[in-house]
Amino acid sequence: MSEDGANKSRRRFLTGAVSVVGGVGVAYTAVPFLSYWNPSARTRAAGAPVEVDTSTMQPGQKINLTWRGQPVWVIRRSEAALETLPELNDRLRDPDSTVASQQPPYARNIYRSIDPEFLVLVPICTHLGCIPSYMPQPGSLDTNWPGGLFCPCHGSRFDMAGRVYSGVPAPTNLVVPPYRVADNGLIVVGEDEEAA
Amino acid sequence: MSDATTKAQGGVLGWIDARFPLTKMWNEHIGEYYAPKNFNIWYYFGSLALFVLVNQLLTGIWLTMNYNPSAAGAFDSIEYIMRDVEYGWLIRYMHSTGASAFFVVVYLHMFRALLYGSYQKPRELIWVFGMIIYLLLMAEAFMGYLLPWGQMSYWGAQVIISLFGAIPGIGEELALWIRGDYNISGVTLNRFFALHVVALPLALVGLVVFHILALHEVGSNNPDGVDIKKNKDQSGKPKDGIPFHPYYTVKDTFGLGVFLIFFSAVVFFAPEMGGLFLEAPNFEPADPLQTPAHIAPVWYFTAFYSILRAIPDKFGGVLAMGSAIFLLFLLPWIDRGRVRSIRYRGLGHKINLALFAVAFVCLSYLGLRAPSEVYFGLTVTTWAQIWTVVYFGFFAFLFTYTAFGFERTKPVPERVTD
Repeated sequence: MSEDGANKSRRRFLTGAVSVVGGVGVAYTAVPFLSYWNPSARTRAAGAPVEVDTSTMQPGQKINLTWRGQPVWVIRRSEAALETLPELNDRLRDPDSTVASQQPPYARNIYRSIDPEFLVLVPICTHLGCIPSYMPQPGSLDTNWPGGLFCPCHGSRFDMAGRVYSGVPAPTNLVVPPYRVADNGLIVVGEDEEAA
Repeated sequence: MSDATTKAQGGVLGWIDARFPLTKMWNEHIGEYYAPKNFNIWYYFGSLALFVLVNQLLTGIWLTMNYNPSAAGAFDSIEYIMRDVEYGWLIRYMHSTGASAFFVVVYLHMFRALLYGSYQKPRELIWVFGMIIYLLLMAEAFMGYLLPWGQMSYWGAQVIISLFGAIPGIGEELALWIRGDYNISGVTLNRFFALHVVALPLALVGLVVFHILALHEVGSNNPDGVDIKKNKDQSGKPKDGIPFHPYYTVKDTFGLGVFLIFFSAVVFFAPEMGGLFLEAPNFEPADPLQTPAHIAPVWYFTAFYSILRAIPDKFGGVLAMGSAIFLLFLLPWIDRGRVRSIRYRGLGHKINLALFAVAFVCLSYLGLRAPSEVYFGLTVTTWAQIWTVVYFGFFAFLFTYTAFGFERTKPVPERVTD
């Protein structure tokens, strides 16, 4: 480039101005390319609420649903299973469900559910996403096992409320999805409980 | 160079050379590229990696002609290629065996660089380009493994994408953005297909060009680690160098022949390699509601998977796995030594490097096994923790004895020895 009679500060200013304006342009252009990867309208619409009739469920029975492409389990817990929950507290990492992202506020209780009998759960291990095995029978994993969920991938254990044991790889309790209880034992997964 | 002779040439070549630097490029990179005369068996794996890359590109393009990247059609289209398309089984087995072969030759190629200090000054950028190639190769292999849409494809991807979810704060959002859905679905499959067949191969080929250009700029290292450019004859050619063509083109062709014997044996007689190259659960279609009893990545990832599992904390494990790879990038700056080749380095370094190689092999084996299995009274998890310490110890010791002058090296010869 010729330096004869050049106004260098003018050149520097123009180079800087073009770089800044161009940089802003590039940053804005990146937005559509990055947003393109987000869940599309159709994918989000596939996350519409799912209804399940629980009136004919037997104690211990489990129904598998799909909501937002994710598995959701609805489990009717037996009286005996519910009784084990308070006794387990000191073997658990987060017995009081303090991590807010893992359940809606109305499921933040020892049963992690609206109606203690019915547990609604996303059975995706909070470690690396495997589906735990449903093992409700006491003693079915080892002699000390009160019944719960066991992840075959890396050995994480959860109780009959999806609460994680201490000393396993999974960091948090299993997710309870938003749901509400309608009339006649109907449970709607994906819709929040109205403020009572 | 010989501008006069080039211009004097007539014919088709002369016509082209006046318009495109064909002869100039040939001479610069092949005909008059002087490589050290003492390359040994370790120097085959660079050209073999290039060959496998071409194999992957060619068979990959052919596979896309019949592959259907959708959740409903992917698994069936693979079976269609395997059963109904003429020689479809061969093209697919060449591609799947090629993926494993790629990692075999790349790991040996990288170990060669460790043996002879080929990452040291002035070859740091060659090493960094190589490491980026390795990283892209891992991404390429991971995304390619989702495409058959079998059980192991699905759950392997589920586990790996969940790793991003471990990053505090943005993790879950990031995993959602990568998947494009609340769970791995056809949406994820489609984007992985686009990245696997277009974006990553383009980037890979570009980086291979950079890797070779950087190599030819500074010149090849050799098993003695001495600089052959220091000793030149009157015409300016290195005394210990020989032109790449015909000497190394012929030698590499011989190596290719030997490689193809092994490669063909696997393709024709053991394409699944006992579950190492193609895992049994992948012959079942993906089922988002049912995890296979035992999940293990393909063998070339298991060393890092072992490190991930060795740390009893989710984010800690991800961090350890990430740094196991990232530390390799920094190797040219961690090793402060001036002696390149293992032949003239201290005993401590020889032991350190040997232990590092053993740790990598052991971690790879452990990553294939269930965490609760017991060997010599210790569980797989405990063994993985021990070898993880050895793996990271390599870098710590290497820095310590090279930066503070504890290494007792031997004198390096002026010229290459064999």
